[in-house]
Amino acid sequence: MAGSGTAHMRSTDSPVLTVDDLVVEFPVGRKQKVHAVSGLNLDLLPGETLGILGESGCGKSTAGRAVMQLPSPTSGRVHLGERELTGLKTRDLRKARARMQMIMQDPTSSLNPRRKVKDLVAEGLAIWGFDGTAEEKEARIRETLTAVGLDPTVVWDRRPHELSGGQCQRVCIARALMMNPKVLICDEPVSALDVSVQAQILNLLERTKEQYDLSMIFIAHDVSVVKNISDRVMVLYLGKTCEVIPSGDMETRAAHPYTRMLLASIPGAGDREVASSAAAVELPSPLNPPSGCRFRTRCPLATERCAAEEPELRELHPGQFVACHHPVG
Amino acid sequence: MTSDYLLEVDDVRTEFATSRGLVRAVDGVSLTLRPGETLGIVGESGSGKSVLGRTIMGLITNGPSTTVSGTVRLAGQDVHAISASQRRKLWGPKVAMVFQDPMTSLNPVKKVGVHITEALRLHLGVGKAEARERAVDLLKKVGIPEPARRMNQYPHELSGGMRQRVVIAMALSCDPELLIADEPTTALDVTVQKQILDLLASLSTTLNMATILISHDLGAVEGRTDRVQVMYAGRVVETARTQTVFNAPSHPYAEALLASIPRLNDPPHTILRAIDGTPPDMANPPSGCRFAPRCVYAADNCRTDPPVLADLGTALEPHRVACHYPLPAPGVTPPDLDPAGLVKEKN
Repeated sequence: MAGSGTAHMRSTDSPVLTVDDLVVEFPVGRKQKVHAVSGLNLDLLPGETLGILGESGCGKSTAGRAVMQLPSPTSGRVHLGERELTGLKTRDLRKARARMQMIMQDPTSSLNPRRKVKDLVAEGLAIWGFDGTAEEKEARIRETLTAVGLDPTVVWDRRPHELSGGQCQRVCIARALMMNPKVLICDEPVSALDVSVQAQILNLLERTKEQYDLSMIFIAHDVSVVKNISDRVMVLYLGKTCEVIPSGDMETRAAHPYTRMLLASIPGAGDREVASSAAAVELPSPLNPPSGCRFRTRCPLATERCAAEEPELRELHPGQFVACHHPVG
Repeated sequence: MTSDYLLEVDDVRTEFATSRGLVRAVDGVSLTLRPGETLGIVGESGSGKSVLGRTIMGLITNGPSTTVSGTVRLAGQDVHAISASQRRKLWGPKVAMVFQDPMTSLNPVKKVGVHITEALRLHLGVGKAEARERAVDLLKKVGIPEPARRMNQYPHELSGGMRQRVVIAMALSCDPELLIADEPTTALDVTVQKQILDLLASLSTTLNMATILISHDLGAVEGRTDRVQVMYAGRVVETARTQTVFNAPSHPYAEALLASIPRLNDPPHTILRAIDGTPPDMANPPSGCRFAPRCVYAADNCRTDPPVLADLGTALEPHRVACHYPLPAPGVTPPDLDPAGLVKEKN
């Protein structure tokens, strides 16, 4: 993977979000650093959903948070529309960032347990102000709650512990929508939910994206879920991009050995040899990632070239970019 | 029932007295398992599948706030009628369990080797050197590279997948006749899940060990079990051969659960058939069929009369469904079943 490069960036359109050469490193004593994200480039077009896929420790959550400047990345630039977020003063950053909202993995712990739903949803308005009367504000809250599939009269005075996990996630989505965001970053929004509720939330995200004209970054580890919701999928491994692929082509055309391994690791899928041989080796330490292609230590196709030379993202098919010296197929 | 069953669970109810009232986590579940057979128990969180596993194991027994009724006969012994010390003798050679979280099921201050040799020496009474030798063999069997070196490592030095392999090796140490795996892969990374599931499946075949695989992940159970039992709100709603449930589910809940999962071969942005509503509050379950409030096919009698498990299959291939209006198999004209008649005809 490991690759670097910007071949997948689209210059023609005007993206809502552009990320250039994003690097996130965490110092861990004795001059060592965890290389969480190493040179990530991405762009997001209006109305597009980008899925970010990878196993735990690949830097997908860190990348999502660094885009939000939580915390600010070590280096790199993030543009939301025309506005550059990196390097803004705290006050300006907070203002600009309101157009970008995040949905976290665990809905119950991301809501203040002592506040009622009406206040939780109105919190953004309370901070940023609302031009209108109290009645208009209440109408707005009710409208948003209805949009996320909650009955405002029922949940109005409830607190998070009186709601189920799926309902809490709906409240989180309503909170995000109140700020009229342009970009929604969803970090594993359904992995803490039950199977039957997961589908409700995925459908809701799809619907609100249309209704509120959002662009979305959807971070998850579940290949089928990511494929279902995304237009493009970006596969990360140890902080580097492996492959960028239109989600419809994933199953048939995925060319990076790591993407193939993720596909093969779905319980019930075929291709057992690939999965077992590659997955049996452990994820290398992000303190000291392998030279060249970072995936080479687990890659069944790795050669000497992979250790010496880092592959760059190149276009294999229209819209499909792979950072690999030996793409499959 | 004849005694050629390894495990016979008959009408088990497990109740917990909580501050919110009596919660009947498992409500009248029966099942049988022959030696070497594999059974999948599928359900959402709160469906009672883990409590059922622990009740079978005898980890949940009668206590100050817990009531277990019904019988669990394991290798001829009633797990809940024998004394605690007799039950301890079952654990290991007769039944063993693999838990969900390998991070918390190993003792952090004991070396990997100690975990495995402890069971061998305690249950089989083998000497120190032989126990060590056998432990290395077990680690090799579960696919741990350099087993001799791993014996001297502490759990924190191993990855999650390796730790789960150690837990499986511990469970296998006394050659159990029944292995209960309770969500063995939920805490593991995507790429490791399949390896662990395949390992369990191949071990149960080679060792001819009966296995109960408890999971919320239908994909984990498909293709790795002989039979599957779908649970909802403490009750079994459907039980049949695994392929039957996956290809032609008869219970609306089983059908809805299968339809709500995103499939890899669907095109992107396919709208999923979500199940409306949420699982019921177990302190106050709905009367009648517990799935009725969320069921698209529910009729009036579903909300009042609880359906019993009725057999739709043949004597060779039982297919039990607890529904007043079971779904016909695709391509088959609906059998002339009188729903009212099905209700009375118990088993």
